[in-house]
Amino acid sequence: MESKPRFLSILDSITAILFVVAVVMVFFYAPLERTMGAVQKVFYFHVATAWVGMLGFMVAAVVGILYLVKNERKYDIAGLAAIEISLVFFFIAIILGSIWARPVWNTWWTWDPRLTTATIVELIYAAYMMLRQGIEDPDRRARFGAVYAILGFLSVPLTFISIRLLRTIHPVVVGNSDPSGEGSFSMTGPMKTTFFYSLFVFSVIFVDLFWHRVRMGKLAAKVEELRLKVSA
Amino acid sequence: MLFHPATFAPQLRCNRRMITVRKLVKRFGPKTVLRGLDFEVESGEFVALLGPNGAGKTTFLRILASLSRPAMGEVQIAGFFLPGQASSVRRRLGVVSHLPLLYGDLTAEENLRFYGRMYAVPDLPPRITEVLEMVGLAARRRDLVRTFSRGMQQRLAIGRAVLHDPDVMLFDEPHTGLDQDASVMLDTVLQEVAARGRTVVMTSHDLARTADLASRFDVLSRGKIVASVQRDDMESTNNLLAFYRQAVEEA
Amino acid sequence: MKRKSQIANFFRALWAVVWKDLSAEWRSRELLTAMLVFALLVILIFNFALELDARARASVTSGVLWVTFAFAGTLGLNRSMATEKDRGCLDGLLLAPVDRSAIYFGKAIGNLVFMFVVEVIVLPIYSVLYNINLFRPGLLLVILLGSIGYVAVGTLLSTMAVQARTRDILLPILLFPLVVPIMIAAVKASGGFLQDLPWIEVSTWINLLIVYDVIFVAVAFMLFDFVVEE
Repeated sequence: MESKPRFLSILDSITAILFVVAVVMVFFYAPLERTMGAVQKVFYFHVATAWVGMLGFMVAAVVGILYLVKNERKYDIAGLAAIEISLVFFFIAIILGSIWARPVWNTWWTWDPRLTTATIVELIYAAYMMLRQGIEDPDRRARFGAVYAILGFLSVPLTFISIRLLRTIHPVVVGNSDPSGEGSFSMTGPMKTTFFYSLFVFSVIFVDLFWHRVRMGKLAAKVEELRLKVSA
Repeated sequence: MLFHPATFAPQLRCNRRMITVRKLVKRFGPKTVLRGLDFEVESGEFVALLGPNGAGKTTFLRILASLSRPAMGEVQIAGFFLPGQASSVRRRLGVVSHLPLLYGDLTAEENLRFYGRMYAVPDLPPRITEVLEMVGLAARRRDLVRTFSRGMQQRLAIGRAVLHDPDVMLFDEPHTGLDQDASVMLDTVLQEVAARGRTVVMTSHDLARTADLASRFDVLSRGKIVASVQRDDMESTNNLLAFYRQAVEEA
Repeated sequence: MKRKSQIANFFRALWAVVWKDLSAEWRSRELLTAMLVFALLVILIFNFALELDARARASVTSGVLWVTFAFAGTLGLNRSMATEKDRGCLDGLLLAPVDRSAIYFGKAIGNLVFMFVVEVIVLPIYSVLYNINLFRPGLLLVILLGSIGYVAVGTLLSTMAVQARTRDILLPILLFPLVVPIMIAAVKASGGFLQDLPWIEVSTWINLLIVYDVIFVAVAFMLFDFVVEE
């Protein structure tokens, strides 16, 4: 049995400390925003989780290409790991966005380009999970997963652009969608620091979770192998 | 090397190595199906691949057919390597599986015309007539394949596979789902195919059926060829069952 | 010389696949009938659901049309690939010494033709039912571009879907989130042409459709190998 790498344990602790610092910074270091008040603090983690979500999907597309080229199982494990983590973080980002929208735009949901794109992206990767579940042969599952991860990632910018155009070109729009409209604000120094620090912390969280998930995937593959050996 | 008279090949195709497989490994995820399989076939041989269910027969045949890639090992057919020279190999292969690979909404003739175009068969219309006569379906050339019985579909499938005059033929359980009469008719066609000096590899779990057809019997078990015997080295085909049982038990 | 014969081979195989699909369909007409009846049913349901009165019609027509095409399209894509899988024909195609992209483009062109046939029949019926002239060159251009992108992605995804255990339900789930850009752009562009908006207001959408088509035809063509080869 392969024991947990020491550096991973260290990374776990570092991640926990960094995260606590981030929480403290959001609540005590970053100043209160003038018009929106306390709810604006959601913003730091909202953007950070969304960033991690996109990062994961990008990683999945890149390892997808690597899998198709090199045909090595580890890339498939990494792709699944990245998408699983991203699905969760994107979901958190959408919920946080909703919490932010409630007092600011006075509605739980707006068809804002970013929020809408995020939801469609979430659906793309939910479809990815369903695709994987529908295929028994592990090689085929890995190949199809890689192909779909690449297609999905390519469609995201086009989806974003089309929704953005839809909301800005058309004059009659329900709700507020102008990105420079209500809800925007300019960041002061400490706000900026907190913002970029949050991005950094969540990237570290992603790396940590990704490492854990890949390790778990590899162990699961090993268990499966041993099980077959025993039953053979 | 001795050959059964029915499969005796013309001089030109004789005694040439047609299929060479070395240390072939195939995995499905964590499961290893073929473990270092070695396999050689001379030109003109008719090899029956026997083995219990799940031994990897179909997997092996799909690799030979260029439909599946091996994890490791070397496959050479008619002097070309797989998967690198797949296109050259495919041109020389005719494959019949237990599925007919035919379109139900096309007629027998149209099916052959379609595959003929895919293989760039020269002078197609007379060739289609020739093949349809060979498999005994000339009278039904304009009927939809959907209306064919299982046996007729299988015979047309063989017609499809020989259309481009391949050097090597692969049969994957061709008798599956056929009744007695249809099987006998299929055997006649199979013998005719082999009699033209083609190299044939056929998987089967039906020993009685293959006993009269093949010139060599290989037993595949646990992902390896565990035994091989020439038909001429056996006193009678009744010994085949004993040989097969022993080979599987030893493995 | 060798290159030339390779190109000739490619087009011969491509044409063989298209010819095969079209003549099988000409014989049975199963796929087209199903797509058409389904398309008309969708329009009918929209009629009740949206109370398509004269005023509402002008603005929602393009939306109704594209939802109809998308639904009918999935039906066709699924069926067209299922026939390849049923009697093992996909293996038959792969055994042939032809480039895999010839198979992809052959299937895609066949699917595209089915889609066009449905669209060409739905348009006049819709025109008559709702007394609106849909035969405008601009709209036809949008339909052409939208269908190309839809079918390019759809053919690739349906090849994956038929090889899955859950093949009957999988295709729309895989396909719809990826074609959101097509749907938005096509609906807006069609609406623009129907309302006689100036070209400048529509051109952005047309450009978006062209970009989508170029990207996804190229990518689907490159990825097709990995979807069929084991």
